[in-house]
Amino acid sequence: MKAEKSKLKKDRLEIKSRTENLAEIREFINSAAAEVGLSKETIDNIILAVDEACTNIIKHAYKYFPDGKIILNLKTDKKTFTIEIIDFGKSFEPGLVPNPDLKKYFDEKRVGGLGMYLMKALMDDVKYTSFPGKFNQVLLIKNINSNGR
Amino acid sequence: MAEFSTSVADKGEVSTIYLKGFLDAHTAPMLENTFSGLVDNKKYSIVVNFKDLAYISSAGLGVFMAFIEKVRENEGDIKLSAMSDKVYNIFDLLGFPLLYEIFKTEEEAINKFRENKNLES
Repeated sequence: MKAEKSKLKKDRLEIKSRTENLAEIREFINSAAAEVGLSKETIDNIILAVDEACTNIIKHAYKYFPDGKIILNLKTDKKTFTIEIIDFGKSFEPGLVPNPDLKKYFDEKRVGGLGMYLMKALMDDVKYTSFPGKFNQVLLIKNINSNGR
Repeated sequence: MAEFSTSVADKGEVSTIYLKGFLDAHTAPMLENTFSGLVDNKKYSIVVNFKDLAYISSAGLGVFMAFIEKVRENEGDIKLSAMSDKVYNIFDLLGFPLLYEIFKTEEEAINKFRENKNLES
């Protein structure tokens, strides 16, 4: 099957790496996921996963540099709803982030790493790819059930 | 756009923080300031009322982690209350119910502080 052109009204958002833009990112995802017909609960989960991915990019890839570029591309087919997030900051190796042990975090007063755990818990698949010297890509994938949810 | 706000009300020995709107990496510093204000004033019996909180991300969850130790060292606690199912589910996913007492209503959380105090006296 050939790749179809996206049927979404708006399938791309380019935005600067600032936490104040997280609200706009969430609204963008909310509108698009609703168009696809996903359930409210699924949409809420996707919104949170995308927020966490973008927050990580702002904090870690761009280290709060406010003018970095973040690009979100949405792809949908019969089986999946995929959010591709691109940044041009420092590359990231997810293998270096252990799953959090909450008790340990508590003892060590650490509060990071929870976002990555949430992304994995809320999505069906999370893939990180780094193209050194070019860009970093995160793919967040949600399976669409046969009933459209 | 006021996307997040906090307010504090003292009810006897207990301080309640009311959360409203969207708590994310952008707005989490506002909640940090609210907690800092209480801790600086030696108010360690804290209830958080989530009734009007529409959204929370891990940046918001991290604020509770950041203050709990300091508060408990001073014989206080942070008790959570009145969460929507959506917000509770996120806390639950990360195992927070093991570390924090979570109540259906603000009153139950406040009463728990008072019961504990009565037991001590």
